[in-house]
Amino acid sequence: MLGRGMSVHTDKAYEAELRALRERLLEMGGRVEQAIAASVRAIAERDSALAEQVKAKDREINRMEVEIDGMCRRILALRQPAASDLRFITTALKIVTDLERMGDLAVNVADRALDLNQAPPLGPIHELSKIADLAEAQLKKALDAFVTGDVEKAEEVMRGDDLIDALYLKIFNDMLVRMMEDSKTIRRATSTMFAAKHLERFGDHATNLAEMVIYMVRGQDVRHPKSRVREEEPDL
Amino acid sequence: MSTETAPAPGPKMETRGLTISYGQKVAVKGVSLGLPGREVTALIGPSGCGKSTFLRALNRMNELIPGASFTGEILLDGRDVYGGHLDAVELRRRVGMVFQKSNPFPKSIAENVAYGLRVGGTSDKHEIAERVERSLRDAALWDEVKDRLHESALGLSGGQQQRLCIARALAVEPEVVLMDEPASALDPIATAKIEDLIHELKAKYTIVIVTHNMQQAARVSDQTAFFYMGEIVEVGATEQIFTNPQERRTEDYVTGKFG
Repeated sequence: MLGRGMSVHTDKAYEAELRALRERLLEMGGRVEQAIAASVRAIAERDSALAEQVKAKDREINRMEVEIDGMCRRILALRQPAASDLRFITTALKIVTDLERMGDLAVNVADRALDLNQAPPLGPIHELSKIADLAEAQLKKALDAFVTGDVEKAEEVMRGDDLIDALYLKIFNDMLVRMMEDSKTIRRATSTMFAAKHLERFGDHATNLAEMVIYMVRGQDVRHPKSRVREEEPDL
Repeated sequence: MSTETAPAPGPKMETRGLTISYGQKVAVKGVSLGLPGREVTALIGPSGCGKSTFLRALNRMNELIPGASFTGEILLDGRDVYGGHLDAVELRRRVGMVFQKSNPFPKSIAENVAYGLRVGGTSDKHEIAERVERSLRDAALWDEVKDRLHESALGLSGGQQQRLCIARALAVEPEVVLMDEPASALDPIATAKIEDLIHELKAKYTIVIVTHNMQQAARVSDQTAFFYMGEIVEVGATEQIFTNPQERRTEDYVTGKFG
């Protein structure tokens, strides 16, 4: 698995099940990438039809969560996976939850697009496009890290979250200023804030994905470093 | 005759650079392994990897095989088991063994358990009866046989016979119990009973178990040693071996990638 070498499972059926799971996960990731890109375009190009499409396609993302969970449970029950296989399956169970939430966030952004398109545009908001680009790139990088088992790439994703957070704060403050200057912008400004918030949360989920990739490859759980007790952590 | 000594610090048993050969064939190569006291150590590995040969060395059972020879050290409580302070019979009392195929004597249930005591010189009827009961209780078999102690042991089920063999080993008050695939001939429920028994026994005894069933090793042991072609590839806490092994060969074996 994960391109770490040529050894494959002696049981070819098992090998095939693991491969199928991995492919399905990547397919789900691809759909989420498309969803967020489309939802942001729906805002930028004021395309309500596109926003509606994003919402309709989310059903498939949700179906895939259920399907992939089922595949994981089946492998757990029938194969008693150990070591890297165990870490892969438990990672898959978590990743699938993050991806489904990211799909929901794309729907939320699409809803903002529908709302914003009811009224004249606020004017170009460069930071919104920027935060969207960054969030999309984070997901793409996290998925790439997952495919190749690239811990360094996963760590880059984790470091990249600060920039998204900073951009979100900037948008938030900009919108506050606009609302204070002109109360007629309040509805559109708050919608824009929400869209930015959804994208910031999208970025957080990409970070979760990256943390799970590190666990999967190294067997080290790197989540919540600030919450840990200051003593030697056993690495499982 | 052994004198009681305070337990030595360090593992209950230990091998240092143990190499075992059958004639020209080297079955175990330079194995150094500590077996911590009152813990279960599992030895896993593919067929022919040397784990059973290693196990048999711990109570000098290999001596019974013509052509078998070894170099290196085998220590019990820090002392060489060939050191002269301990003869082979006394060693095998302190380090008992249970085999894959249970081998009850063609005697009554009680006599099976009492046999080692009688041969060891115990003659007091009450003491024998008491120790037989205690051993059968320790082996989780007492309730099933207490009303038929004088019936033939051969009438017991496979799982019961195996627990009888464990009781027999426990009767002579060992310190270490070696188990060579103790449950491989048993059905899942009997296996679960043996595994549960192992869990209870480790409070009092040091246990070393050879098993080709990895999930069993994962369930019962505290420490797992992975043998391959006569050598230990990796030894570590069982949880770590099965979640994040350090060696590629260990990873391949526990995930079923060995061709």
